[in-house]
Amino acid sequence: MSTELLSWSILLAQILLTLAMACAAYRLLRGPRAQDRVLGLDTLYVNATMLLLTFGIRTGSTLYFEAALIIALLGFVATAALAKFLMRGEVIE
Amino acid sequence: MTNAADLPAWAALPTALLLLLGAGLALTGSLGLLRLGSFYDRIHAPTLGTTMGISCVLLASMLFFSVLQTRLVLHELLIAVLMAATTPVTLMLLARAALYRDRSEGCDEVPPPPPPLPSPPDLPGGSPQTQVNAKVIERT
Repeated sequence: MSTELLSWSILLAQILLTLAMACAAYRLLRGPRAQDRVLGLDTLYVNATMLLLTFGIRTGSTLYFEAALIIALLGFVATAALAKFLMRGEVIE
Repeated sequence: MTNAADLPAWAALPTALLLLLGAGLALTGSLGLLRLGSFYDRIHAPTLGTTMGISCVLLASMLFFSVLQTRLVLHELLIAVLMAATTPVTLMLLARAALYRDRSEGCDEVPPPPPPLPSPPDLPGGSPQTQVNAKVIERT
């Protein structure tokens, strides 16, 4: 009973997270301006991190955790660099 | 589902609830990103997912693996600390960049830049900084 409940909850959470990633991807592709695209990319990174953690719970392996950590780290670096680029026109001065 | 059958019910129920809550909050934030009108409205929406959403998913993961491996698994705290530290930084950088771009294009919807600070009144013998400089020069 509880196993089935957890299984269905994980499936539903994966569907919700995929929908969230679709919304962020739409904003990334159709954002009216560059800052909307950067915001969509940041949201996409966070949602991908959560989806990978959910995959880790589903398979019962901690291998997905490292991938989620890397994605979170790269998301921060990418958003900071892109915001700097929008502000100054170059990343490394 | 390989190992989840070993999970007792008292752990499976909170794990499922936390997962659903986190995913629902992430979807709410992304829907806000999709639906809200201007960029300055939209930048608030994904913070739902980046604070509470990912915290709930990380708590679910910590609970699941701690019960499954019968030891304390806390390495998810790394992601939690990283998210809590980096999200305000990146979003404030992005908002300031957007404000700078809108101002430099002369957009009417953003507030104008603040007026420059009034210059300090002229003291006898110049401003305090020049007095300090004069003392330093005297000493040398």
